[in-house]
Amino acid sequence: MSEIVIDNITKIFGEGGAKPFTAIKDVDFHVKDREFISVVGPSGCGKTTLMRMVAGLETVSRGEIRVAGKPVKGPGPDRAVVFQQFALFPWKTVRENIVFGMRSKGASKAERDKAVHHYLTLMKMEGTEDKYPHQLSGGMQQRVAIARSYATDPGVLLMDEPFGALDAQTRTIMQEELVRVSKDNPRTVMFITHSVEEAVYLADRVVVMGRNPGHIREVIDVAQTRQAEKWSEEPIDDVMEKSSFTHLRGQVWRLLREQMGDDM
Amino acid sequence: MKRRIPLLAYSIASLVLFFGGWQAVVSAGLVSSFVLPSPIDVIDRTITMMIRPFAGALLWEHALSSIGRFLGGFGLAAAIGIPLGLMMGRFRLLEDIVTPLFEGYRYVAPLAWVPFAALWFGTGIGGAIMVIFTGAFAPCVINAYRGARLVDRHLIEAAQTHGASELRIGWEVLLPGALPSIVAGLRISAGLGWQSLIGAELIVVSSGIGYVMIQGQSNLSPETVVTSMLVIGLVGLAIDFGLRAAETAVRRKWEGQ
Ligand SMILES: Nc1ncnc2c1ncn2[C@@H]1O[C@H](COP(=O)(O)OP(=O)(O)OP(=O)(O)O)[C@@H](O)[C@H]1O
Ligand SMILES: [Mg+2]
Repeated sequence: MSEIVIDNITKIFGEGGAKPFTAIKDVDFHVKDREFISVVGPSGCGKTTLMRMVAGLETVSRGEIRVAGKPVKGPGPDRAVVFQQFALFPWKTVRENIVFGMRSKGASKAERDKAVHHYLTLMKMEGTEDKYPHQLSGGMQQRVAIARSYATDPGVLLMDEPFGALDAQTRTIMQEELVRVSKDNPRTVMFITHSVEEAVYLADRVVVMGRNPGHIREVIDVAQTRQAEKWSEEPIDDVMEKSSFTHLRGQVWRLLREQMGDDM
Repeated sequence: MKRRIPLLAYSIASLVLFFGGWQAVVSAGLVSSFVLPSPIDVIDRTITMMIRPFAGALLWEHALSSIGRFLGGFGLAAAIGIPLGLMMGRFRLLEDIVTPLFEGYRYVAPLAWVPFAALWFGTGIGGAIMVIFTGAFAPCVINAYRGARLVDRHLIEAAQTHGASELRIGWEVLLPGALPSIVAGLRISAGLGWQSLIGAELIVVSSGIGYVMIQGQSNLSPETVVTSMLVIGLVGLAIDFGLRAAETAVRRKWEGQ
């Protein structure tokens, strides 16, 4: 059971210093076990900060975050992060990158080989085991980064705009792949994105954040509609033309636009 | 490729001119061969020292004993300096603790350690190694530290969120990430180490090239002194050549990535 409990947290950067800055204020939210959450919001509203606190890469100023019942004290392999910058180890091959987290957990050679084979097949990247990241395209690098996190077998997967750097076509392929991988291998996921389509297409619930200081504006349920209309069995283009999809997308858009309005 | 031939020609011409001029100055009697031995005297002396022991050993045995000490001190400096530098790059607290001490030590010339080296480790190999160590240590630390600071923060965080221990982060992330900087540091380090070694041998030990030099001086044999200088220069050049090759190889491999 890997639920994430974000228990009324506040994040103040430079607290106690000359210029404290409240990035997040009173955010209270629960992500259920194996739920896929998308987080959207205007730039600077604290999405990354929130995710980094769940990852244990950033401290919490007030409140507490618990994952699987345990308070987060620092980073750990139960909460693997997929960074926007991929963050693959340039001096390691695709194989070595994928098994990096597995080795932390003491997986045997046979288990590691099996996982490399499994994920490369799943990601349609057979035969790239011994290549180095710089020999791969951006989309392939991101797939390796995702494979590395999945192979670590974390209860929670944290992704910060993982497809942000990809071209539209690769991005679509990756989105479909992520839906497929998540269906075969459900995890608790927190997925940050700037794309409203992506957020609605992937998530069970979309969290819309606002800023000054960062807070949760609204949470929109998608899971019901997705299951009722069997989105995950159709190509992304078809899903995006459904009226149920455009309706949800419009809802998220309106919330974001109000946000922008607040500022201007 | 076309440009290389004229360049090589210039280099050869400059060497011929230098040695020719040198020989001419001595042959013409402008300076006494006692003050400046001629190149021919030096070559003659070098050959003699290679077949007949001087100051207890053949020339190459002296050279080997110097190189052995050098490797000891340099290896020790790298073995302690690189991990220390990486850790300083990783942990702010360690950086704050070490930096003031380190900045103090850095500006004390290696030779200034000779009295203490002799006092603590004696005039055998220990004292010499300590002097080389003090010469070679700083660039190892500084470059490992700078290299570690330049490692992409996201790589360290990726390692952390995939469960890597600090030891593994050091070994699999910081060390390879800092490698180009470390190798560049090793090159500087080796140069300083080799120079300090000769200094140390002039004072504290009874074998090695620096010792040969001192013996040459007290035997009033300037050609022995010049022979030692040549050997020092050549070995130094060889060390630098090897490390430069390593530096180029690392840079080429890393830059592709
Ligand atoms: N280490 C830090 N020190 C001080 N302020 C910070 C720090 N990290 C982030 N901030 C501030 O906190 C706020 C939230 O930043 P964050 O990166 O979480 O936003 P975001 O929602 O991820 O934005 P984007 O969509 O542009 O990625 C910003 O105003 C940012 O300047
Ligand atoms: Mg961000």
